[in-house]
Amino acid sequence: MSAILEVRDLVKQYPKVRAVDGVTFDVPEGVCFGLLGPNGAGKTTTVEMLEGLVRATAGSVNFRGAPLGAGYRERIGIQFQHTALQQFLTVRENLNFFSKLYRKPASLERVIARCRLADILDRDTGKLSGGQRQRVLLAIALINEPELLFLDEPTTGLDPQARRNFWDLIREIRGEGKTVVLTTHYMEEAYVLCDELLIMDHGRVIARGSPKRLLSQHYNDVVVELPGAALNGRSEWPFALVQRGELVEIMTADVNATVSTLLSAGVSLAELKVRPRSLEDLFLQLTGKELRG
Amino acid sequence: MIDTPRFARLAAMTWARSLEFLRDRSALGWNIAFPVLMVGAFAMVFSGPGQPLFKVAVIADAPISAELHPFFGAEHVLFFKEVAGEEAIGKVGHHQVDLLVDLRAQPGRYWVNEESAKGETLEKLLAVAGGPKLERQATSGERVRYVDWVVPGLLGMNMMFSCLFGIGYVIVRYRKSGYLKRLNATPLTPFEFLSAQLISRLTLTMIITVACFVAMTSILHFRMDGSYLDLFVVTLLAAISMTAMGLIVAARVSSEEFAGGVLNVLSWPMMVLSGVFYSLDGAPRAVQIAADVFPLTHLLVAARAIMLEGATLAELGYNVGALALMSVVFLGLGTAMFRWTQD
Repeated sequence: MSAILEVRDLVKQYPKVRAVDGVTFDVPEGVCFGLLGPNGAGKTTTVEMLEGLVRATAGSVNFRGAPLGAGYRERIGIQFQHTALQQFLTVRENLNFFSKLYRKPASLERVIARCRLADILDRDTGKLSGGQRQRVLLAIALINEPELLFLDEPTTGLDPQARRNFWDLIREIRGEGKTVVLTTHYMEEAYVLCDELLIMDHGRVIARGSPKRLLSQHYNDVVVELPGAALNGRSEWPFALVQRGELVEIMTADVNATVSTLLSAGVSLAELKVRPRSLEDLFLQLTGKELRG
Repeated sequence: MIDTPRFARLAAMTWARSLEFLRDRSALGWNIAFPVLMVGAFAMVFSGPGQPLFKVAVIADAPISAELHPFFGAEHVLFFKEVAGEEAIGKVGHHQVDLLVDLRAQPGRYWVNEESAKGETLEKLLAVAGGPKLERQATSGERVRYVDWVVPGLLGMNMMFSCLFGIGYVIVRYRKSGYLKRLNATPLTPFEFLSAQLISRLTLTMIITVACFVAMTSILHFRMDGSYLDLFVVTLLAAISMTAMGLIVAARVSSEEFAGGVLNVLSWPMMVLSGVFYSLDGAPRAVQIAADVFPLTHLLVAARAIMLEGATLAELGYNVGALALMSVVFLGLGTAMFRWTQD
């Protein structure tokens, strides 16, 4: 698969901090590419350099084999997490306005249908719900029929239903062959949507691959969960335990043996759960930090 | 040749900003109501009996004191130095000063407006003061009402607030809310964005100012001795320079509080020193020089000269030139300093 973006030795040095410290990776064409990292990892600065909004101190970003040039912004779409729109304008007027900023705008009807905006076209953009607002911002990001779409935490603050609706939209866009670069705080979102993931910390790339490959690379075990109280205060076990709030997690490659050990120790298995390793586990292992909070 | 996409972007941005302003009813209402209310209030307050103070302009080399002439020791009279010339005599004709005394001429002379009651009173004071006899020169002219004099000041002040805050505050708000970052992600260039802000603000400010002027003059019948076109040109130049001043303030700041403070620091001295409510005649020379750095000063001097004395643009070359120069310098600085996001 050819790369739509080639990032080489990218560095961003601010007066007091090196936000990005020589990252190198490719974004393959037609994939949903996820960028994860704890706060301060350098992912926002990296994305802004990919978007052409922040100048790199060193290194290069190539779009389809060429440096980002004057026409780059005609070919990309960006949905920012925090952005205001022109006040006192309706959704339709805002879409009209943004479409006129591009040489080859998409058909407004198509954008409106794709983002399901028909019912709110004449509504003031200041009076939209969170989900409606995110769909309008996505529509603006799609207004020039971009080849490459950047989505910066697009579902933050949405209720679960609105989030899942938004995922459907992103899947549709991805299904049209567009390349999506997604930054998110939600591991489930990254797992469900992304074909490839890049995990950053301290301005460097610490892991890269598809979610499944990353998990299989790092783990060959599963997690057995049960309430801490069920262990009857016993602390000596032939396997490692991790306390997470009221739950205890046991990482094991042999569930049968673990369950047998627990049963023979008189532990109640009434609330026992077995789950595969998650991106959350991987993230925690690699960065030592929870992604949220 | 017009670059069509560039023109389309400029037009779209101008239209969007104009719609935003026109639909913000509180801001629009205030822009229209403020000058009307102010002129109405001033017309009521100052259309009655005149102000208690007498004003005497003096042309002399030595400092003004009773030793120079006993008349200068009179109480309740403001004596101030004036530059010799037709303009000084014109002020007597327009009742802007009540008496003009020229001690540099031999023998000394004074001008009085024969239609001015204050002038007549001062003439009597001069007669009883003693000292060297001054030769009487009579002049005449219709009284310039205070409202005629103050109206350019009030409209100019409203324009100043509209240009400075309408540009400065709005761009800072855009930056703070992330809207500028959003625009930066499009092909819109800083030049197109700033031009759109300028065109939108200038157009709306000029429409509002002209509408206020027309509406108020139909009621108060302001004096207009000069050309409306000249007045329009001077007003437009001043609006450009003051809007460009707002661009400089908004070039990089993203705190509305800070921007508000800077805009107040700019607007209040202009309001006080540019002669909005009272003439700077008689003010210390240093104050008059300081006032020259403000575009509002040049607007008011030029507008009053056009309206009250029938001056032409050619006669107002200094003020028109200063406004044009300020426009170019402020626009250049504002554009060069502009950043989409805070550094």
